[in-house]
Amino acid sequence: MGKVKCECGHVNPNGTILCESCGRALTEKAKQEKLVDMRYEGSARRSQTYNKTIIDKVWNFFSSVKVGIWIIVLLLVAASFGTILPQEFYIPSNMPAETYYEDVYGVFGKIYYMIGFHDLYNSIWFSALIAALGVSLVIASLDRVIPLYRALKNQRVDRHETFMKKQRLFAEQEGVLQRGEMEKVRTELMKKRYKIREENGSLLAEKNRFSRWGPYVNHVGLIIFLFGALLRSVPGMYIDELLWIREGETLQVPGTDGAYYVKNNGFTLENYEEGEDPEVFDEAIDRVGTVAKNYQTDAVLYRDANNELPGADPELTEVQTESIQVNQPMKFDSFAVYQTSFRQDEMKAMHFALTNKETGEEFGGIVVDLFDQQESYDLGSGYKVELRGYYPDFDGFSESGEPTSKSPLPNNPAFLFNMITPETPDGEVSFAQIRNTMEPLGENEYKMAFKNLETRDVSALTIRKDLTLPILALGGIIFMIGVIQGAYWNHRRLWIREKEGHIYVAGHTNKNWHGLKREIHSVLNGTAIPEPEDRQKD
Amino acid sequence: MDKKKKRLYMRTAILAVLAGLVVYALYTNVTKESRGNLAAGEKAPDFVLTDLNGETHQLSDYEGKGVFLNFWGTWCEPCKEEMPHMEKLAKEYEGQVEILAVNVGESNFQVNNFAKQYGLTFPIAIDSGKEVMDTYGVDPLPTTFMIKPDGTIDQIVIGGLIQEEQVRALFERVKPSS
Repeated sequence: MGKVKCECGHVNPNGTILCESCGRALTEKAKQEKLVDMRYEGSARRSQTYNKTIIDKVWNFFSSVKVGIWIIVLLLVAASFGTILPQEFYIPSNMPAETYYEDVYGVFGKIYYMIGFHDLYNSIWFSALIAALGVSLVIASLDRVIPLYRALKNQRVDRHETFMKKQRLFAEQEGVLQRGEMEKVRTELMKKRYKIREENGSLLAEKNRFSRWGPYVNHVGLIIFLFGALLRSVPGMYIDELLWIREGETLQVPGTDGAYYVKNNGFTLENYEEGEDPEVFDEAIDRVGTVAKNYQTDAVLYRDANNELPGADPELTEVQTESIQVNQPMKFDSFAVYQTSFRQDEMKAMHFALTNKETGEEFGGIVVDLFDQQESYDLGSGYKVELRGYYPDFDGFSESGEPTSKSPLPNNPAFLFNMITPETPDGEVSFAQIRNTMEPLGENEYKMAFKNLETRDVSALTIRKDLTLPILALGGIIFMIGVIQGAYWNHRRLWIREKEGHIYVAGHTNKNWHGLKREIHSVLNGTAIPEPEDRQKD
Repeated sequence: MDKKKKRLYMRTAILAVLAGLVVYALYTNVTKESRGNLAAGEKAPDFVLTDLNGETHQLSDYEGKGVFLNFWGTWCEPCKEEMPHMEKLAKEYEGQVEILAVNVGESNFQVNNFAKQYGLTFPIAIDSGKEVMDTYGVDPLPTTFMIKPDGTIDQIVIGGLIQEEQVRALFERVKPSS
C-alpha cells in the first residue's frame, strides 16, 4: 500500500487514476479509456483505497455517493408515507390516537397506527435517516474535496500528451509554436481573465477554479442548516406554546418560567362591510358571506418580580401594551406572541330575577359570575338568594340524585338556588339552567327568571422563541452561495503544448462546453494553432 | 507520525464527533415528550399556596414529614371517591403525613362548597393560575404525589384511590421512620 510514482517523477497518493502533476493515466483502466473522467481530476478518492479497520469501513460506507443517494431516496419515500393520513398532531385532541385511526380509517388506519406512521416525523428511525444523511454529507464531501484540491494545486503546466489526447476538446498538428502568435494568444486569454502559467514552452490558461468548490460550499451550508435544526431540541433554544386567555384574564406566559404575565384587554374580530370597505371585497362578501379584516388581542405584558416559587402571588410591573394582530406579534426579549385563534362568546355571567310566579312581579336581580360565584345574594327587604350548588357543565344527575358537571368549563351552567322571601323564610329550592327550571323539592311560589347572558371572547396566543433562526439563515445563505458559485461560473482550462514537432491543444471545463469552445475559438482564431475539436458529439 | 495512523486517528475523531451529535439528536428527540415531567426519586419542586383559611403552605416547610400532594377538581368523580379516605387518614397520621389538596383553579365558592359537603378538614388550596399544576406536569385528575420526609417524590399516582387500603399503603411508605 504505497504511493504511486509517475513516470514524470511526481509521487501520487495510492489509488490515483491520473497523475496529479502531468496527467498520465496510472491505472490500466484509465489507460484503455478514450476520454478521461475529469470529475475529480482523476484524484484518489481516499475511501476506496484503504479498507482495513472498522473505522475505514464505516467511513467508506458513508463516503459513497451511491449510499448518499439511497439515503435521500429512502427519506423521500418515508416522508411521503407520513402524508397519507393526518399525523397524530393534527387529529382532534380529545380522541385517543389508539382508536382514532381505526375508527376513522378502518383496518388501514389501524395498521398505519401500528407501524407508527401516525407520528412518523418524530420517530427515531426517521431522525436516524436524517442523521445518516448529515454524516454522509460530511464524509462524502471531505473525501472528495481534499483530493480534488490537491490535484488542482499540484497540476503541472506541461501535461503529458496522453492526458491531453484524452480530453474532450483536443487537437494535434505538426508544427511549432510561433512566439508572435503565442503573444497574441496570451493577450487574448488575459482579456478573458484567464490566469496564465508557462513552463518549458507550454501554456496553461485557467479561470474560475473556485467554481469547483461550489458543491462543497453548498454541503457546508446544508450541514450548518441540519445543525441548526438539531439545536431546536436543545432546551431553551426553541419554544412554541399556546395560551388560551379570556378577556380580562391575566395569565403566566408559558415558556418564560413565570417571568412574564400577559393580560387580555379585549379581543376584536372585524369583518369587511359590503360597500363600505374597498369594493374589491364586495364580490367575495356576496359569495362567502363574511370576509375577516382583523383579528386582534389588546394585550398588556407584565414582568413578575416574585417568580421564584410557583404559586406565589405575582408582583407585576407593566412592560408594554400592544395590540397583537395576525402577523403583528408582540415582541419581548427573544419571544414573539402571535394571534393564533379565538373562540367567541364564551359564557361569563348570568342575570336572573327573583320573580313571583303568579303575579310576575320581580324582586330584584342577581348576577352570577360563572368564574367567581357568591354564596348568597342579598336583595334587601327580606329577599335573598342563596347559591347551593353550581355545575358549570351540567350533564345530569348521579345515582344519588346529585347534579354532576362533566368539566370545569361553563358550557352548560346549572344552579341550585334557595330563594328566601318574607313569605317563604325557609326558602324554596329551584334548579335553574338555561331555558329550564326544576323544582326538586315541590311546587314553588317564586322562580329565578333568566334575564340575560354576559359573554366574552377567548383568544389563543402562540408564544414562540427560536434562537436557531440565525443559524438556519446562515446555513441557507451559505447553501445558496455554493449553488451560485457552482452554477454561474465554469472552471475552464486550456492547455497548449509543443513536443517533438507536434502542437497539442486541449480544453476542459466542468460545464458549459459551448462557452469554452467559443472562447477558445476567439483566442486561437487567425493563428496557426489548431482549434481543439469536441470529440464527444451527441 | 505514520501517515496511515494519522489518517486513522483523523477518521476516528471525525466519526466520534458525528456519532456524538447523532446520539444527542436522537436522545433529545426521544425524550422530548417526557422532558420536564417529574419522576419518582426526583426532588419535589417547591411551591407556595394559600389555603381556604388564608394560611400559606410552602412545601419545603413540610420537610421531615411525609406529604400527600393531591391535585383535584370538583367535577371529577374519582376525586370525590378518594376524599373520604384522605380525610380519615389525615387525622390518623396527623403530624406524620400531611395532606395538601390542590384544586386546579376553580372558584372559591365551588371549592368551599365541596369541602363543606365532604366535611374536609385538611388544607385545601386553589391553584388559580395553574402554576403549581404546570410545574408538576399534572394532566389527568386526580394525580397524587407522595413526597418523602426528605422532600423527594416516592410515587406518582394517577387516577382515583378507590380503596382505603391503597391510601393507607401510600401513607405508610412516606411516614417518617422514628
